[in-house]
Amino acid sequence: MSFAKTAWKNIRRSPYQALAAILIMTLTFLVISFFTFLLVGSSKVITYFESKPQVTAFFKNEAKQADINTLENQLHATGKVASIKFVSKDEALKIYREQNKNDPLLLDLVTADVLPSSFEISTIQIEDMGAISNMLNKSSLVSDVIYQKDVVSTLSAWTSAIRKLGIGLIVLLSLVSIFIMATIISIKISQKKEDIEIMKLIGATNWYVRWPFLTEGILYGIIGAVAGWLMATAGLLYTTPFLESFLKGIPVLPASYVDLFILLGLELIFAVFLGFVSSFLAVLRYSK
Amino acid sequence: MIKLDRVSKKFGTGVFGLSDVSFSIEKGEFVFLVGSTGAGKTTIFRLLIRDILPSEGSVVVNDWDVVTLPKNKIPLLRKKVGVVFQDLKLLLDRTIFENIALPLEVAGVKTEEALKTVEDILIQVGLTEHRDKFPIQLSGGELQRVAIARALVLSPELLLADEPTGNLDAATSWEIVKLLSDINKKGTTVVMATHNRDIVKSLGKRTIQIEKGKIVKDGKDKSSKIELDSEKTKSSLVEEKKEEEKKK
Repeated sequence: MSFAKTAWKNIRRSPYQALAAILIMTLTFLVISFFTFLLVGSSKVITYFESKPQVTAFFKNEAKQADINTLENQLHATGKVASIKFVSKDEALKIYREQNKNDPLLLDLVTADVLPSSFEISTIQIEDMGAISNMLNKSSLVSDVIYQKDVVSTLSAWTSAIRKLGIGLIVLLSLVSIFIMATIISIKISQKKEDIEIMKLIGATNWYVRWPFLTEGILYGIIGAVAGWLMATAGLLYTTPFLESFLKGIPVLPASYVDLFILLGLELIFAVFLGFVSSFLAVLRYSK
Repeated sequence: MIKLDRVSKKFGTGVFGLSDVSFSIEKGEFVFLVGSTGAGKTTIFRLLIRDILPSEGSVVVNDWDVVTLPKNKIPLLRKKVGVVFQDLKLLLDRTIFENIALPLEVAGVKTEEALKTVEDILIQVGLTEHRDKFPIQLSGGELQRVAIARALVLSPELLLADEPTGNLDAATSWEIVKLLSDINKKGTTVVMATHNRDIVKSLGKRTIQIEKGKIVKDGKDKSSKIELDSEKTKSSLVEEKKEEEKKK
């Protein structure tokens, strides 16, 4: 406990250095939290689209039920189709009403006649979507084909770009924070050089001298991680209502508190690691 | 307790700090180490706590071969040997109490136990009233006593005092010597480095004299032994101190 006390005294006696160390840590963990939200969110969106029927074919109004059934059989015959769901005009209206239940004006304007019936088709393999959508396009019954492969592949490309950017930034910021912290701790050690020498002459072990500095580094890490996480989480919770309406129907938000606290836990472990590594670097240079 | 055998210390510059020094000190002895500045007194002390290593020869303290002592055992050795450094080496940002408690803290002694030990030592060296002051608020003699208290707080069997009377007036010097002498009477081996002839002569203890890194004399100096406890000495010392103050 006396190490923590000594560390606290060191922090109190040089508040600007402590502030610099804490701020760089806060920035690091703010970015880590932000990119984690972004990556988890976008991968949830991708999963959502991947699990949804991948090809939607809207029928012309004049399409007859018997012809639609024939088409369904033809599709099944290809052996590429996992499932076909027929959505009738009434069902389409129900879905529409559900999506726009908060907007009475939109509800009044639309009746079942306006909406087309459709097939929601998911293929066994994503690569087969092209063939199926071609087949549907050729059919005289079909007015329009929406093909979600584009959505998924665009999203995947974005996600992998975000992931690369995020990992790059996090690595860079982690290194910056390690070096800034190591520099700050080094300054503190050289300020205390004489005291350290005296303590060693009195019989202090190397670890006795090192621990207050290591504790200090770890403390900076922990404070920074909590602050960064708090900022990011507060931001997320604040923007949740807006984002929810933006992501209409895609179940990404609200984020579960359990997940948020798991993130905090992981960040704390990483913070302790960063704090330890940086102060250890500083301590090693001086304890020779 | 201490055994130096044919010890030489050559410094980086090629200058010999010590050359071919041999002596041994038994448990419970009070020994003066005398010699002019630069003779090698401090070098011997630094060898004894392995602040430096000898170029040749062997150093044994408390049955420990200091030269071959593994690095991780050095702190143990230093906890067994109390040192009053020439420049005191007190921590300026800690109170007298905290300075004296430092070795206990370093040794990991429990807080309540440490508290009591420090209180006892403070009484022994007569600094109780200064316990919460900082080193800059104390006089030279008081600081010297703080350093002695810190050296004693782990109750070492060996106390090394490097010029503890170095820049003190005669009366205060005597107080310090009396304190060291009392400590010695309780069983602690004391080695005191000094160049104060008067103190050495009047105490009549074993004296090792070094000059230019060599031992030139080792034996008792009995020319004029003064009993430290005698009332006469005390009163004459007080007179002496008063006169000095008048002069100022």
